[in-house]
Amino acid sequence: MAKLILNHVGKDFGGSRPAVSSLSIDVRAGGFLALLGPSGCGKTTVLRMIAGFEQPSDGSILLGDRLLADAASMVPPERRNMAMVFQSYALWPHMSVAENVGYPLKVRGISGERWRKAVADALEAVRLHEHAERQPADLSGGQRQRVALARCLVTSPDVVLLDEPLANLDRHLKQEMEETFRDFHNRSGATMIYVTHDQSEAMALATEVAVMSEGRLVQLAPPEEIYARPEGRMAGALIGQGAILQLPLPEGTPRLLDWAALRPLFQGHAAGACADILVRPQHVVVDPEGIACRVVSALYEGERYALRLALPDGQILRAFSAARVSPGEKLAVAILSAWRLA
Amino acid sequence: MTRSASGSSQPRWLLPFVILAVALLSVLPLSRLAVAGFVALWRGDLGGLLADPALWSSLRYTLETALFGTAISVLLGAAFAFLLTLTDLRGRSVLGFLFVLPMMIPPQVTALAWVQMSGPSSPLLKALHIAPPLGSPQPLYSVGGIALLFGVQHAPLVYLALRAGLMALPRDGIEAARLSGASSLQVFRHIVLPLSMPGLIAGAAIAFVSCVGNFGIPAILGIPASIYTLPTLIFSKFSAFSSRTFGEVALLSTAIALISVVGLAVQERVLRGRDYRVIGLAGAVATFRLGGLGLLVAPLLWLLLFFVLVAPFMALLAGALVPAYGVPLTFSTLSFHAFEEVLFRQSATRTAFANSLFLSAATAFGLLLLTLLVGYQLASRRGVLARVLTALVEIPYALPGIVLAVAFILVFAGPLPVLNVTLYGTIWIILIAYFSSFFAVSLKPVVSAFRQLDPALEEAARLSGAGFYRRLADIVVPLVAPAAGASVILVFLIACNELTVSALLWTAGTQTLGVVIYNLDDSGGSDLASALSVLVVVMVVAMMLALEFFGKRLPKGVLPWRS
Repeated sequence: MAKLILNHVGKDFGGSRPAVSSLSIDVRAGGFLALLGPSGCGKTTVLRMIAGFEQPSDGSILLGDRLLADAASMVPPERRNMAMVFQSYALWPHMSVAENVGYPLKVRGISGERWRKAVADALEAVRLHEHAERQPADLSGGQRQRVALARCLVTSPDVVLLDEPLANLDRHLKQEMEETFRDFHNRSGATMIYVTHDQSEAMALATEVAVMSEGRLVQLAPPEEIYARPEGRMAGALIGQGAILQLPLPEGTPRLLDWAALRPLFQGHAAGACADILVRPQHVVVDPEGIACRVVSALYEGERYALRLALPDGQILRAFSAARVSPGEKLAVAILSAWRLA
Repeated sequence: MTRSASGSSQPRWLLPFVILAVALLSVLPLSRLAVAGFVALWRGDLGGLLADPALWSSLRYTLETALFGTAISVLLGAAFAFLLTLTDLRGRSVLGFLFVLPMMIPPQVTALAWVQMSGPSSPLLKALHIAPPLGSPQPLYSVGGIALLFGVQHAPLVYLALRAGLMALPRDGIEAARLSGASSLQVFRHIVLPLSMPGLIAGAAIAFVSCVGNFGIPAILGIPASIYTLPTLIFSKFSAFSSRTFGEVALLSTAIALISVVGLAVQERVLRGRDYRVIGLAGAVATFRLGGLGLLVAPLLWLLLFFVLVAPFMALLAGALVPAYGVPLTFSTLSFHAFEEVLFRQSATRTAFANSLFLSAATAFGLLLLTLLVGYQLASRRGVLARVLTALVEIPYALPGIVLAVAFILVFAGPLPVLNVTLYGTIWIILIAYFSSFFAVSLKPVVSAFRQLDPALEEAARLSGAGFYRRLADIVVPLVAPAAGASVILVFLIACNELTVSALLWTAGTQTLGVVIYNLDDSGGSDLASALSVLVVVMVVAMMLALEFFGKRLPKGVLPWRS
């Protein structure tokens, strides 16, 4: 096992801007990195460069001290000892489940009893051993997903790549598969790279999250850190719930703001350049002394109401409420904590 | 390095190989033809040709027959397409299969069958005692006769082009019109008809180009009445070979090619501004209820098919079953003599069987090897090069066969450089011309199957550690196997019945089935020609049914008679 190093990697397809530019990430051996970003941010291109389907036009990709690719040369995917779960699962429709799972072994010249044992173990791990002789077409979406996973498991790859593997599954199945992925990661110890546009998947699975936007790395940190201290407006909007307010902030204010620091901002006392402030809904509480807001909408979510509140200057704040509130009502709130995004 | 080169790790030789194959089969003969045309112009052959009244009359006949033929095709094809696609008529799929059958039957066989069905010497009419009196003219030996058969032969092309458009009609658009209060007839006039115009125009253009290039029908119906169209004029120029033949023929071929191009350009012109991107749910099937009208329409369609398909085939069969030419057919005189003769005795027909089977099999399987590589390459790359290569493959198929034959004669008339072997007069020149002519037929199913493949399937194999040849054998070829099978049968079917190319390229010993049918009929052996034609029709139908069997597992649009 060795760590995967992306060193100032860039990829230019000749479009108006490079698909990926100067991206540097180190993934420790056995780490679980989620590449998170909106569609078109370049995350899939990064994954395809790690797999070897695309060659970087800049920088280099290394596994330990072995150079996988730079602009001049590259190790083809068939010699990288990596595995991938594709968004479409990419099961070969003309092979049975066992043949699909065992194909990487067959290519490596393993046959007979060893082949059967390895395939059976891999299928056992994803609880599909009873379906070994079936055709992929006869399986449900979740089962196909698990076959694709078993195919990754069978050769003990150095790196496992997952390209939005849950995008085509329903919510219930998603949770189950998230468990399976975590289990798979613990069991195999492989380095895993997981591409997704869904922040909840990224938070639930990864040990580290890399947020990308327009081909660049915006922030790389563990999930808790990224949630609490996002860098910039884009990461703030992408991760978790919350409202981004624009407030005039005096120079030298710390990034984490409490109610004492926030209160003057709403009373028009503060002067300074406008800054983006992220307010999580759970930090907004009812306080008769607080800011007078008007309820714009109240959405019942089961465990609570999700509110959209209009501040006196018209900006929108998000909040939760245990009690029923009606649109148009007045509500005074305090903001216990907020985070300056940049 | 380009994206595709880094993305798919194909061996280095693949792209140059593909380019070389396309250059040899398409660019070489066409440019040789163009050179011959220019040389003839340079030497002033054009003057002589222009002064020849035969040119002008054949030009007129070509245009007349093609235009009338196209009109008939459009009428027939549009009626069947609308009725079979949009209504709840019973037996739609059988009617559809039967209606497109004439397209796959060789034109000379169609012509022969119709000749056997009409006129004073028709064995069928005589057996039924309804033949016109002896000495009355054969009505089909005329411009009208040629146009009628052009119409029948090419109506399926219009039907298919229109049907493809109709299948893509937005069902919700039609339903919305209904809810807006439009009656069936108004929906048809205001929604269906305007949206199906592009398909109709495209079909008409294909039919026109096919009429212009058709050789079999005017050869059998026109030559006896001294009605020469451009393809038959070229054929007769070759029969009366002189020093100027090559130049003149090159110019005549150019004329055919030009008429075809003008036809397609008119289509392009008319289609411009009619690009209705159909949005919403496609798949308009059985939208209009015929109700009681169906009881009237269905027998009408069957009657039409009877006259277009069944009656000519019965006439052909009757012609094959007479014991000797001119003897009346009754149950007591009925004999299988002609079948025995063509299958077991006549060396010419037996050679033709052997030649056609060899040529078709070699073309079908040889082209498959080529198209697997070319299709793989074309599907994996986008951009100008792929578009140019695809267009170059399609040109020889779009051009009338006679033009291609002339081009190949020009290329191979002299001995090959270095090898010093002359291919002209051997079976190999026909094989090469078939390769060129049917390249597009073979490629289309394979390339559309490749395009449908999820690229991830091959990428998954790469990550599994499989190299290029391994992937080809384990993953790629098995996945396109149904399309490859269809490609082989389709090319075999078309090559087996081909006449136009081989009519110019054959010599004694290398005649094909198409040539022999024509020659037998030409030399008065219409009973033998009919027997051979019956066998050919049976073979065609058998192979089409075999392909129908594959049909469900094939990508859309692979089988020319399905859409």
